[in-house]
Amino acid sequence: MSILIDKNTRVMTQGMTGKTGMFHTKNCIEYALGKDCFVAGVTPGKGGQVYEDIPVFDTVAEAKQQTGANVSVIYVPPPYAAAAIDEAVEADLDLVICITEGVPVKDMVMTRYKMQGKKTLLVGPNCPGVITPDEIKIGIMPGYIHKKGAIGVVSRSGTLTYEVVDQLTKLGLGQSTCVGIGGDPVNGFKHIDVLKKFNEDPLTEAVVMCGEIGGTDEEECARWVKDNMTKPVVGFIAGITAPPGKRMGHAGAIISGGKGTATEKISVMEESGIRVTRNPAEIGALMKKALK
Amino acid sequence: MNIHEYQGKELLREYSVPTPKGIACFSVDEAVAAAENLGGDMWVVKAQIHAGGRGKGGGVKVAKSIDEVRSLSEEILGMTLITHQTGPEGKEVKRLLIEEGADIKDELYIGLVIDRAKQRVVMMASSEGGMDIEEVAANTPEKIHKVTVDPTQGLSLDDAKTLATNIGIPEGSVNQGAELLVNLYNVFWEKDASLAEINPLIVTGDDRVVALDAKFNFDSNALFRHPDIMEYRDLDEEDPAEIEASEHGLSYISLDGTIGCLVNGAGLAMATMDIIKLYGGEPANFLDVGGGATEEQVTAAFKIMLRNPNIKAILVNIFGGIMRCDVIAEGLVAAAKEINLSVPLIVRLEGTNVEKGKRILAESGLEIESAGTMAEAAEEVVNAAKGGE
Repeated sequence: MSILIDKNTRVMTQGMTGKTGMFHTKNCIEYALGKDCFVAGVTPGKGGQVYEDIPVFDTVAEAKQQTGANVSVIYVPPPYAAAAIDEAVEADLDLVICITEGVPVKDMVMTRYKMQGKKTLLVGPNCPGVITPDEIKIGIMPGYIHKKGAIGVVSRSGTLTYEVVDQLTKLGLGQSTCVGIGGDPVNGFKHIDVLKKFNEDPLTEAVVMCGEIGGTDEEECARWVKDNMTKPVVGFIAGITAPPGKRMGHAGAIISGGKGTATEKISVMEESGIRVTRNPAEIGALMKKALK
Repeated sequence: MNIHEYQGKELLREYSVPTPKGIACFSVDEAVAAAENLGGDMWVVKAQIHAGGRGKGGGVKVAKSIDEVRSLSEEILGMTLITHQTGPEGKEVKRLLIEEGADIKDELYIGLVIDRAKQRVVMMASSEGGMDIEEVAANTPEKIHKVTVDPTQGLSLDDAKTLATNIGIPEGSVNQGAELLVNLYNVFWEKDASLAEINPLIVTGDDRVVALDAKFNFDSNALFRHPDIMEYRDLDEEDPAEIEASEHGLSYISLDGTIGCLVNGAGLAMATMDIIKLYGGEPANFLDVGGGATEEQVTAAFKIMLRNPNIKAILVNIFGGIMRCDVIAEGLVAAAKEINLSVPLIVRLEGTNVEKGKRILAESGLEIESAGTMAEAAEEVVNAAKGGE
């Protein structure tokens, strides 16, 4: 088992024929069972073409109807990314994973508004994607560092997630699913949504939760963990040395109005029974300890 | 992206939000001419820098004669203004706003933000204008009124009237005040702002509601569709190192410490700063080189970091995923050779082709220390920085 995606998932790539979409789709096809999982591409005006043995369609609805794809991954450039999400939502896909970085916040406010009452789930934007090791990878993460196992990983950052996964794998701790929820202020899945899924997943035994400065999602998630989570959670918050009022790379990583500091997040997480380390080199080791 | 108060007021006037008459000036003579042009018998001389807290720092003064406009302008223009938002080094004042004096009966507060949890625009209003709104929120939260806006409908006139009444706008002025709030929301939404603050919004002696201040922040991801807002960018207000970095696709922020860091990815970059601190060092900067970390980018990053006179050592922490470690190592070596690196360099590579990458570093003939884990890298760079003291 796993969460969100597995070997039965069928994926379409929106923005398939662009340089980024093509490069990463090829990588995903080459990972584990990717050849069976990636079944369609979507680029308006390029319907009927074939790339990497995958048929390209003009619309998401058409791709879904023709191939049975139920999940999409988006590499569309920022000005058009929100519209691409909207199209996938309109087509009632199960899940949309938006990799694109730099989507205007206002576009996401509109898109999230339109998603109310719809069945489609959203991961991202500005995220590395989702991977269920040895089955399927949807996104830009390096597949080979992962190992199949029982640790769920959720994070707002790309390379920091790779660092954590690498530590886990080297300690022999495989992963059930790793979810990069992205660094934008207005997005789809939040930590709490991912933890709820991990809590229900029989294969996941414990969870690593990596957060960073900005917003209050980690705090909200921690409070939920305290009352509901039945599995150990290990945490890390990046940005304890970040100055207030400065955007630290990610659009959402900013301490504003005294809110969203690492110290505050860590204290709420610890009060909620989450084991938090201040040392990013020891996240894997702390998980190993938590499992004993 | 931040803009100046006078630019914010230009935008407000475009959206029919009343503001005092004012003229932006770059010299004392211009300031005097502006005051004469505005007429009247009272003026406000306002320092134009992006940081808040200008009044408390001595950057906003009232003049009762043209002579006083001249002397105050001489005093403020060119001064280094230190506020709680500028940092201890302060900010040089290069622009002034000369404004007609206002007859203030009451000071109110209006703020607009994108609420991350609600994923909507929220308008906040308070009767406690002219004060630090974070203090009001902490001490008297009942004095802050909020409206969450439906993005398809915009701020409704009814909600705006309720807000206006709640914050004490006199009954006869509620309609004008509400209209102002709707227009303020419209400029925020249409121009892709990420924050707007009118502090204070005032009620004048004759009961008109007027925006006495204007602070705007815009979503940099949306500037591509607002060339008019882009025009407002003032490079004097930005850190030259940050501007140069952005031209190379680098995300860079100057800090106070002695250890430069070059990292791929924002989360890992923050974590690298944190671990340096944990091992007893102080980061000199945040630097996210992005997913690519090309030779050109790494060279630019080294140059920017080395221009900082406080720098004692550099830590490079790269997790090569799609981008292979050997390619990154070649870039690092070429960059280090080109700029003749003058401080100890500790490199921690992990990921695809890491052994090959380390070999390239070892065989480069350069004094590059290769570290295994993030912890080892942090320890080594902290020691190197101390050794250089």
